[in-house]
Amino acid sequence: MAAETQKKEILLPNERKMTFKEKRAYTWHEMKRNYMCYVMLFPFMIFFLFFTVIPVVMSLPIGFTDFDMAHFPPKWVGFQNFYTLFLEDDVFIGSIRTTLIFAIFTGPLSYALSFFLAWLINELHPVLKTVFTLIFYAPSMAGNIYFVWQLIFSGDSYGYLNAFLSELGFTTAAIQWLTDGNYVLGCVIVVQLWVSMGAGFLAMRAGFQGIDKAMYEAGAIEGISNRWQELIYITIPSMGPQLMFAAVMQIVSSFTVDLVGRNLAGFPSTDYKAHTIMTHAFDYGWIRYEMGYSSAICFVLFLVMYLCNQLISKILGKYMN
Amino acid sequence: MAKKELKPSQIQAQIEAENAAALEALRKRREKEHRKMERSKGTNKQVGKSWKNDIGIFLFLTLLGAFMLLPIYIAIITSLKPVNEIFLMPPRLYAIDPTTDNFKDLFVVANNSWVPFSRNVFNSIFVTVAATLFHVIFACMAGFILAKCRFPGCKAINKIVVLALLFNSQVTYIMQYIVMAKMGMINTYSALIFPLIASSMGLYLMIQSVGQIPDAMIEAAKVDGAGLMRICWGIVMPNSKPALMTIIIFQFQAAWNSNGGSLVYDEALKTIPTVVQQIAAAGIARQGAIAASAVVLMIPPLAIFIAAQSNVMETMAHAGMKD
Repeated sequence: MAAETQKKEILLPNERKMTFKEKRAYTWHEMKRNYMCYVMLFPFMIFFLFFTVIPVVMSLPIGFTDFDMAHFPPKWVGFQNFYTLFLEDDVFIGSIRTTLIFAIFTGPLSYALSFFLAWLINELHPVLKTVFTLIFYAPSMAGNIYFVWQLIFSGDSYGYLNAFLSELGFTTAAIQWLTDGNYVLGCVIVVQLWVSMGAGFLAMRAGFQGIDKAMYEAGAIEGISNRWQELIYITIPSMGPQLMFAAVMQIVSSFTVDLVGRNLAGFPSTDYKAHTIMTHAFDYGWIRYEMGYSSAICFVLFLVMYLCNQLISKILGKYMN
Repeated sequence: MAKKELKPSQIQAQIEAENAAALEALRKRREKEHRKMERSKGTNKQVGKSWKNDIGIFLFLTLLGAFMLLPIYIAIITSLKPVNEIFLMPPRLYAIDPTTDNFKDLFVVANNSWVPFSRNVFNSIFVTVAATLFHVIFACMAGFILAKCRFPGCKAINKIVVLALLFNSQVTYIMQYIVMAKMGMINTYSALIFPLIASSMGLYLMIQSVGQIPDAMIEAAKVDGAGLMRICWGIVMPNSKPALMTIIIFQFQAAWNSNGGSLVYDEALKTIPTVVQQIAAAGIARQGAIAASAVVLMIPPLAIFIAAQSNVMETMAHAGMKD
């Protein structure tokens, strides 16, 4: 790899003089020289192309059409969907607010918590490490046991939380956790936090595993005097990639909160209290079959996530260097 | 020390030895000072850890862990409660008279459907194993190439992978359906397996993790005449075992829990989660059976997780080179 980059550096000053033909020839030469790369990429990329890239590319223009999945071809309506979305759709504006609340609570909080827990676990004995990693990852493995949360938050006196509170004498009447507009958002946030310790947490655990112990010894000799310094000067810089991965996963999961809300609070939820952008997209896509409008919603969400991702990778990139 | 001989090489060796000794002494002194300083602070914050600290961490993690496990615990006891206890008031956090009736019920109902339940079990295992195996093999190769090789188009592909990660939504799911319908894959095993292989999460994790392996290691292997395949499986993968195990866990779990949904409508092709969902949706208040199915479905991912995690612990003990 080093040899290749050197070669490129030598060639660069001449690049201005290279004609288009020469450039093409050079690229072709490089492609032939690295043919093995393409061979090894091919198996994944063929699946990736058909089942991820093409569907995504296809769904982009759908946002500019009126498409009900039955009439082909879809009718082109330009920016009509986006006008309606931002100017006429009050539920959508409300869902932006809900989504942002979710994103703020479950995004940074869950990210910091994952990192903190992964760090604490790393300090323990190897057997305890496995046990605690398992405990904190278990909720994402249990996946959709929403029925348990429904039992816990149940509004009648079968609900665990209500029974617990009345036993202790805090309440006298059952609280409608999932249908009272004051509580529903809080309940969904708690459950979302509970399931959100998934991919990011595990990746961070893997990152901690991969740090060379010799680095800490070197650090100790260099005069690092406490664990916080160890964390800031050694640990975090050497797990940049895992932090980046966890950040991307967290962005995706916190902006696309939907399933938890729909399963707990019902659909639609009371006063649209747990109605996120993704729930809105689900509503139009799968209930009303207005795919064009649904795609437009998803496109807006995608843009927001993309900007957020760029911002975080800039911050992380700066910190790592 | 031999002081009579004065060959230049020996003098140099002597000087080097003295230097090393001095450095060693310095290092020891610093460490000692260091330990003193820490002791005076009364806290342990360094390479050497104390058990007191560990117990503090342990207690904190146990408390938080109890909260994490509580819903799973409730699921398990609900699956063990007989019907009359499920609707007991107030709800109890234990089963008075535990029974396995719910599990029996589940299997009876499952066996009474059109196809034998063993067929669904086979489907689940087949889909999970195929999707995990191919995804891991392909993603490892592609991840290594995208992280470590420079070739025309590699930057573009790297960008596309990140974008694809951000764009997984229900809309894509419909487009996926249309693509598969055009390719005639609906109602076949490939409809269940292929989209799982294409998941970009594992690939991205692999790219990120392989990026940490020093270029020097790969360079050295190249000089020794190893091809890219050999480097990938012989050098890069053994050195990124934590990441490898992590994507196995992710993928297994995703595949095991995958619900055919509208992709497969033939009863003989359905996987366990789909069948369980049907059972849960069909019946009366089958709280117990739902809980039982959740508990049963959790077991295989759990087994894979424990196997993979303990493997990581073992291998990392003698992992070496970093730059």
